[in-house]
Amino acid sequence: MKILVLIKQVPETTDVKIDPETNTLKREGVKSIINPFDMYAIEEAVRIKERSGGGQVIAVSMGPPQAMEALREAISMGCDEAVLLSDKKFAGSDTWATSYTLSQAIRKLGDYSVVLCGKQASDGDTAQVGPGVSTHLDIPQVTYIKKIEQINAESARVERMTEEGYEIIETALPAVMTVVKEINEPRLPSLKGKMRAKKAEIPVWTAEDLLCDEEKIGLDGSPTRVIKVFTPPPRQGGRVLAGEPEAVSKELADLLKDVVISS
Amino acid sequence: MPDKAAIKILNEKCTGCGLCVKACPFGAISMEGKQAVIDLTTCTFCGACVEACKFNAILILMKEEAKADLSDYKDLWVFCEQKKGEIQSVSFELLGKGRELADKLGVSLCAVLLGDGMEGCCGGLVARGADKVYLVDSPKLRNYQDDPYSKVLTALVRKHKPEILLCGATTMGRSLISRVAVKTRAGLTADCTGLDIDREEKLLLQTRPAFGGNIMATIITPDTRPQMATVRHKVMKESEPDAKRKGEIIKEGFPEETYSSRSRLIDVVEEIEETVNLAEADIIVSGGRGVGSPDNFDIIKELAVSVNGAVGASRAVVDAGWMPYSHQVGQTGKTVCPKIYIACGISGQIQHLIGMKSADIIVAVNKDPDAPIFSVATYGIVDDLFKIVPALTTHFKKILGK
Repeated sequence: MKILVLIKQVPETTDVKIDPETNTLKREGVKSIINPFDMYAIEEAVRIKERSGGGQVIAVSMGPPQAMEALREAISMGCDEAVLLSDKKFAGSDTWATSYTLSQAIRKLGDYSVVLCGKQASDGDTAQVGPGVSTHLDIPQVTYIKKIEQINAESARVERMTEEGYEIIETALPAVMTVVKEINEPRLPSLKGKMRAKKAEIPVWTAEDLLCDEEKIGLDGSPTRVIKVFTPPPRQGGRVLAGEPEAVSKELADLLKDVVISS
Repeated sequence: MPDKAAIKILNEKCTGCGLCVKACPFGAISMEGKQAVIDLTTCTFCGACVEACKFNAILILMKEEAKADLSDYKDLWVFCEQKKGEIQSVSFELLGKGRELADKLGVSLCAVLLGDGMEGCCGGLVARGADKVYLVDSPKLRNYQDDPYSKVLTALVRKHKPEILLCGATTMGRSLISRVAVKTRAGLTADCTGLDIDREEKLLLQTRPAFGGNIMATIITPDTRPQMATVRHKVMKESEPDAKRKGEIIKEGFPEETYSSRSRLIDVVEEIEETVNLAEADIIVSGGRGVGSPDNFDIIKELAVSVNGAVGASRAVVDAGWMPYSHQVGQTGKTVCPKIYIACGISGQIQHLIGMKSADIIVAVNKDPDAPIFSVATYGIVDDLFKIVPALTTHFKKILGK
């Protein structure tokens, strides 16, 4: 079974701020990591392969040349191969263009059973790319998966997390599956894995390699435009309630009374 | 030759003043000698540098799209979510905001409802502000499924051409609308916390948090229709029902193929605890490592029950196995936006704050006066939670006459 994992390189912390004087993003010393949700996707892909006793896991990322690091880490965790999609023409892609570009790579890789990715990326938080990819490929999708109960070459039975609990869904394959944290606990890379990652040759595919329609990639291919970026107003300064526990609790209860009653 | 979608520095006009370097929110511009150079791998073409440049030395070349076609699109649509035949409250919030935006644009507000035996609910949507309700009723649409729902909604959009389509940023909404946006070649902005209309351009201004809420971005969809956005639950105010409002119910049906699905819903399992639906809760009481043990969570649950709230938990507590993942608030858990968030024994790591700092009122109870949670708290109590929490429960019970 061929399993593809889509990963994104993101800043390690979301604690980025805009410098009010220069109006630039303060990003000094911010490390890049694999999107935390994609780590669960990598782990799940490797587990599916291990359980089925064979197959191939390929990690795919779209990004600048430095996203190669993220792909090496994916290999160190057990992915067999990796591909980087990188081209200046991809710059300015929104989720529409990104999911199109990824789907072109998936078509090129071909003959896959499952496409796994995190439910969303921790920098943009859109949760749009997974469903976007399934739509471009015209295959089924299941989002927010917390457990893959069973999987074979033709179908899978999974648990999909919802606001109230979860759903049990059976889907035909190939399909796109996006996963939540509960699904597993990602392993640490093994020494052997790290060695393999170091040596791995990771091809870089451009828009031309992917036979992209130029009107569907990068800024041209992106229907949305960011017109303003700003820091949200800081929260109003808080108030410390001090005194004996009984008195403080009563004071707080009184302060919250109106909201509690109307809720 | 510049790329088709390109940003360009006019070297003859650039004086090397560096204003654009400072203005770029993405750190994509640097100075090489006396000329600005843009790194196209990080540039998002946001245009901040174009505004900042005093010498008109930066150009963003946008393709002229066929704007004429856009005038075919009209009306503002709200996708109304139902579960087990019941309209979800996020839909009423969208109708509230949608009414305001539709009035600004001078267009009709239309509700879109998919389900099985839902006709009786249409009047309620009119009462909440809809001028029209598009109803697609079929046993195949009883429960949400990606394939049939996305095909039906896509078909409706293609047929009636709404100018704007809003949808809840829920597990259903986010899965559904992403597919419809790709199929209809529409722009989609996720998780908006603010929506407005640019009256001159007649564009939807979509404001959303990024980087875990540390940065806000305003996004538009200039050249394609519909303009699509998902909106966070609990951010917009519900419209009040007005039984006297009149509206039109339009029933739509599609060929059988439209309802087919490649995946099958086998079962819906609801978690038994009533205290778990964090997305719906107006009040959330959360516990962290300071609670000490899984058994001690009882006092957190009791406080939550006393105010009809939900129970939240920090990542540390979930990782330790004290509480199930469905309760986790924060970056790798849920983002919540209740009216009151009471954090008990939670230190307030940034990953936790991301998930709850947009709550209206934040209460922090922690023994450590230096805990970061106090930096976002509306009310802070530096004390032992085992003394405060039970006392609070007693007071709230009294207030609510329990």
